[in-house]
Amino acid sequence: MKKLLFAAMATTALSLSMSASAADIKIGILLGFTGPIESLTPDMAAGAELAMKEVSTSGLLLNGSTLTPVRGDSTCADAAAAGAAAERMITADKVSAIMGADCSTVTTAVLQNVALPNGTVMISPSATTPALSDIEDNGVFFRTAPSDARQGQVLAQVMIDRGVKSAALTYTKSDYGKGLADSIQSNFEALGGKVTISASHEDGKGDYSAEVAALSQAGGDVLIVAGYLDQGGKGIIQSSLDAGAFETFVLPDGMVGDSLPAAIGADLNGSYGTLPQSDSPGAATFDGMAEKAGFKNGPYAATSYDAAALIALAMQAAKSSDSNVFKSHVFAVANQPGEKIYPGELSKGLKILQSGGSIDYVGASDVELIGPGESAGRFAEIVIENQKISTVSYR
Amino acid sequence: MMDILNALIILGNYIIIPALTYGSQLALGALGVTLIYGILRFSNFAHTELMAFGTTITIFLTWALQNAGVSIAPLPTALIALPFGILATVTLVLATDHLTFRHYRKVKAKPLTFMIVSIGLMFFIGGLVRLIIGSKDQIFSDGARFIFSARAFKKFTGFDEGLALKTSQGITIIITIIAVTALFAFLNRTRIGTAMRAYSDNENLALLSGINPERVVMITWMLTAVLATLAGVLYGLDKSFKPFIYMQLLLPIFASAIVGGLGSPLGAIAGGYLIAFSEVAITFAYKKFFGYLLPDALAPESLWQILNTEYKFAVSFVILVIVLLIRPQGIFKGKSI
Repeated sequence: MKKLLFAAMATTALSLSMSASAADIKIGILLGFTGPIESLTPDMAAGAELAMKEVSTSGLLLNGSTLTPVRGDSTCADAAAAGAAAERMITADKVSAIMGADCSTVTTAVLQNVALPNGTVMISPSATTPALSDIEDNGVFFRTAPSDARQGQVLAQVMIDRGVKSAALTYTKSDYGKGLADSIQSNFEALGGKVTISASHEDGKGDYSAEVAALSQAGGDVLIVAGYLDQGGKGIIQSSLDAGAFETFVLPDGMVGDSLPAAIGADLNGSYGTLPQSDSPGAATFDGMAEKAGFKNGPYAATSYDAAALIALAMQAAKSSDSNVFKSHVFAVANQPGEKIYPGELSKGLKILQSGGSIDYVGASDVELIGPGESAGRFAEIVIENQKISTVSYR
Repeated sequence: MMDILNALIILGNYIIIPALTYGSQLALGALGVTLIYGILRFSNFAHTELMAFGTTITIFLTWALQNAGVSIAPLPTALIALPFGILATVTLVLATDHLTFRHYRKVKAKPLTFMIVSIGLMFFIGGLVRLIIGSKDQIFSDGARFIFSARAFKKFTGFDEGLALKTSQGITIIITIIAVTALFAFLNRTRIGTAMRAYSDNENLALLSGINPERVVMITWMLTAVLATLAGVLYGLDKSFKPFIYMQLLLPIFASAIVGGLGSPLGAIAGGYLIAFSEVAITFAYKKFFGYLLPDALAPESLWQILNTEYKFAVSFVILVIVLLIRPQGIFKGKSI
């Protein structure tokens, strides 16, 4: 931290001497450094700060301005604490934009109570709830993580492509499970499929014979299990196989992991599913960059890098660090047309924008913003063969 | 005729076999609770942790046997390890009784005190189990998985519907029958069994007629340990072992014992099956079942489900409330609580 501060100060001093209009732009990093996802956030913050450092050292942003990160604790779970942290960032630290928040609940609260009234741009790397897609945001909210609704769309298409006509659906009793299940059902039905039953199951129980009995009677070509692989989802699949109720299972991201085929065995072969994953060359580049910078490309580290990069690029395109001005440029730098920009190439992007050109930021997570300002998201279609998970294609 | 048989197979596969298995496991658990309540006169909340402890020891021995290459396939190896698991549990209950409950019997503490002590023991044994085996899922079943699978059944009989019977389900039902028969023979035919019933009916009268109370208590604890380990191992073989899930079994097991009549062994068995059958039967979707039975024109469009499976656990509570309101002493007249 000390080192980073020193570096930031040094670059600030350097840039100040270079140009009269250069400034030190502060960016908030609002992540749950304590709480349920505290194991993920250090890498996420490191990812975002890596992008900021890259921009600062290039000296190309807005006549040599620099970016300084200001960390705040979103706690992931406590909306009041997250709101207070965001408020402090904006009023006391005078941040120009916020990279965050992380979990869906706190992100919604911060957006509605702090970012929206202050008109501050906020780009979340990891909030996935479909509810954030149609929230009133006045154009200040974006996310580099795909909505769970998008996964439902992809999964429904995968099923249709495999000739599935009807399916039974069970989901874990949580916001994640319910949101995903609703999205799968509506998309599948829109494509002409039929969901025979949509029933929840509770995690942490031993006996799922009642759930499986009801699902089996509703029938269907396959059983969609929108749950967790180490929890009820596994129990449901095991009971279904034992009773001969279903033979093929459709597995969304929460169910994809090596421990599932290991626990169930050969009976799971032929089941398939989806997982948010990108095949873009940017992902591999970012892996190497993270390693060199001394952190792990863990879950959502890549989307954090991309969120911070998008903020800087949009500022450059708008020639302003004012949220109200650059918010309308986020889409343009993230999408076609323009030169493709990969991680580690931020200076190239800044240069093109400076000379009035246009770019298409691809980044580490294959960023493509759609509709309400969220990542379209790349998903890998996986199938279980010989008790191993193998990737079929990317969608 | 074919249709009626298909309909019956559906009931057999999805209601009768699973509920019979789950009910047997609950009944064995409830028997232990009811014995303690009938003779020592308190609700033993540590009972499901005893189940977990017995299963833990059995699992370790099963792994050791598997490593040594011992196998009684197609039966699960755990059956050889089971007696040793029982032995370990018996040792544990006798030790905890000696260290805790004995003192409170001496000072003639109220039943409430005993119950609180059992809650303390529940935490202690629960911690012990997690210390030994951890809090994760453990699978220890081996041998043949099915006596006959749904696919094999369909092929063999030519019916449209399949009927599956897992080895663990068959073993559960057979062991329950043996254990219950042996328990009733013990209570009704042997001298010490008679003494236990006498002690349960009227403690003072039993003491006057020369029954040794400490011996009655010891035998009761030993029987409880046997029943708890049996219930735990059978449940673990059939589903999987996870300490948290065992802790959560406390509710349906107490519900079974109370519905049947606390203190009545027959009631515990009836309660176990009643809870298990109602959980599955009330949340079952009867669409296909009636589809076979009714003429095509009347075939149901909707699921014909009385209650969504979300309310599975509510079912046992509703039964419990109804029984307590209408017949507080339980179906088979137990001790009123």
